Amino acid sequence: MHVSHHGFGPDLVEVFGPSQTDGGPELVQLLTPEGERTHHPEFDRDFSAEELRGFYRDMVLTRRIDTEATALQRHGELGIWAQLLGQEAAQIGAGRALRPQDHVFPTYREHGVAWCRGVDPLALLGLFRGVDHGSWDPAEFGFGLYTIVIGAQALHATGYAMGMQRDGVVGTGDPERDAAVVAHFGDGASSQGDVNEAFIFAASYQAPVVFFCQNNQWAISEPIERQSRIPLYQRALGFGFPGVRVDGNDVLATYAVTQAALQRARDGQGPTLVEAYTYRMGAHTTTDDPTRYRLSDDVERWKLKDPISRLEVYMRRNGLADAELVDAVKEEADELGHRLREGCKAMPDPRALDMFDHVYAEETEELRVQREGYAAYLATFEEAGR
Amino acid sequence: MSEQITLAKGLNAGLRKAMEGDPKVLVMGEDVGKLGGVFRITDGLQKDFGEDRVIDSPLAESGIVGTAVGLALRGYRPVVEIQFDGFVYPAYDQIVCQVAKMHYRSKGRSPMPMVIRIPFGGGIGAVEHHSESPEAQFAHTPGLKVVACSNPVDGYWMIQQAIACDDPVIFLEPKRQYHADKVLLDESISPDPLFSSRVVRRGEHATLLAYGPTVKTALAAADAAAVEGKSLEVIDLRTLSPLDMGPVLDSVRRTGRAVVAHEAHVNLGLGAELAARITEECFYSLEAPVLRVGGFDTPYPASRIEEEFLPDLDRVLDAVDRSLDY
Ligand SMILES: Cc1ncc(C[n+]2csc(CCOP(=O)(O)OP(=O)(O)O)c2C)c(N)n1
Repeated sequence: MHVSHHGFGPDLVEVFGPSQTDGGPELVQLLTPEGERTHHPEFDRDFSAEELRGFYRDMVLTRRIDTEATALQRHGELGIWAQLLGQEAAQIGAGRALRPQDHVFPTYREHGVAWCRGVDPLALLGLFRGVDHGSWDPAEFGFGLYTIVIGAQALHATGYAMGMQRDGVVGTGDPERDAAVVAHFGDGASSQGDVNEAFIFAASYQAPVVFFCQNNQWAISEPIERQSRIPLYQRALGFGFPGVRVDGNDVLATYAVTQAALQRARDGQGPTLVEAYTYRMGAHTTTDDPTRYRLSDDVERWKLKDPISRLEVYMRRNGLADAELVDAVKEEADELGHRLREGCKAMPDPRALDMFDHVYAEETEELRVQREGYAAYLATFEEAGR
Repeated sequence: MSEQITLAKGLNAGLRKAMEGDPKVLVMGEDVGKLGGVFRITDGLQKDFGEDRVIDSPLAESGIVGTAVGLALRGYRPVVEIQFDGFVYPAYDQIVCQVAKMHYRSKGRSPMPMVIRIPFGGGIGAVEHHSESPEAQFAHTPGLKVVACSNPVDGYWMIQQAIACDDPVIFLEPKRQYHADKVLLDESISPDPLFSSRVVRRGEHATLLAYGPTVKTALAAADAAAVEGKSLEVIDLRTLSPLDMGPVLDSVRRTGRAVVAHEAHVNLGLGAELAARITEECFYSLEAPVLRVGGFDTPYPASRIEEEFLPDLDRVLDAVDRSLDY
């Protein structure tokens, strides 16, 4: 090993090598890109046929939500859409590992996790269409509103987890009761102060939070090398808690690792950083042009790691899926797609005066006067139009 | 309770009362536990309420406010202490983008009953970043409510009212008055509502508008003016967002003249808003333009010359004279 001539220890690039397209030897994997079941000493577990079919269905439907929304954006029905193509396994694996009493703090791209939590995908479209800022009830679904400011939600997750500690729902040994929180964010977000502060708070108070980073290699046009000189999961150790890198295109491994991290948190053993190593197959959002910065070779290489086809191959080979299942899921996806298309176009615009609602829990006189003034102003047009 | 208290004592007693009354109230910030805060406002609270309710936090302002957001989402009522005004900026994003908007974004499903206490203002001879008046930056943010207390009795009541409020409240405490004057707190006298301004001295010739540390300056100015036969009305605004314009407009309609005094930079400060609203509402009663006295539009200067920067008795009186000369 090369030792830096400054005497500060090893050169990091020498130690970790340049960017690893295969995730490196640390990658936890239970299903190879070719659909072979592999085993892992720490994170292995058995999956029933029913679970596997569930994962498959979830991933296919999530992909349909994504492609449908992308198409709706192209037709001018959505202002913008944050695509998740290629990240289905990372999200379904993480989402299905949750228990009802757990709570999720998403970014703006967690459509698959939202699906697992039972949030109507149509509700996700509202934000991107511009009819609201998210219309689901976070408490009802255990799934927070989308967060646009990068990394802000990592702190909310940590604070919420601290609240769970105070509520006595951590480490009681009762599986119906013990709860944990997941904070989702991307590789770019790992550079934000808020994410790093969340690591510090979570470690300091041993808060029951799983930091789930989808390292999709890119933050718009900035590559992961611009964010980190070491594999992201290794950062956790510096904050005083474990980190693990999992194959984010492998739904089985993502599920197993997230479940273990969640259980650790629920048991009162504190935070874990899960780095789901994946790739953004689509653009960052529908406004992005990845051909300006990304190599098509990379895209081709990652296509071979597709999370859905690898599970399908495995299931077909082992008699767990047949054409009937695949067709049935496809049909369901078509129905969902239809519902999203029609539902999106039918979403009513909010009324102008709605903008004054909910600014405060206890409305101010100032705002009431402003609303009434604007209402009166609008009424003059109605009168003039008569 | 009926005793002589300082502002520090009033705030401490108010926090204690709120914590006793509601187990969901938490106090968090840097050094708020064992030390009782650098100004000792949270003195003794951790001893009595434990480390789970009086939380010594890591040294990270965005972290303090951001985790408080999560605690509020979980049903708690965090009372966060920012150690000094100049250190609120690392938390600025969490305050204006998250705290202020959560209720709105969630269509009222996720209220943010949070109090962010900020010792503010100058006059303590501190090094830089310890004497700022950032109120306009928060008052300009819909979703936040901003109040400033000016005396021990208000400190006692207003902190409890702010904690009980279901909206996030930026709670400004004039740090130079923490230990300055003792005032009788008589709990049998019920407090004014939180979001109300109050006439603290009656007068006829001009209205002085002040809040936080400048209330004392304004009262001193009114005393001095009285010697020359000028009778000044003084209003303690107490609430900066929303502004309670009722008493202000009533007063200005009677006196025809208004002078605003605050420590914050004059340009685009609260005074500008007050001048605009007074002009809109009582243009025909005005005998003079609304005048503003405040910190200059410079960064807060080195403390050896801070007395020049701060609006003092003479500068307030000078503005009053200019107003009366119209
Ligand atoms: C604080 C902040 N800065 C900049 C942006 C604009 N922005 C939106 S997404 C993004 C890249 C985020 O990358 P990453 O965290 O890796 O997540 P990804 O979108 O790749 O899932 C940027 C810079 C933002 N939303 N918030």
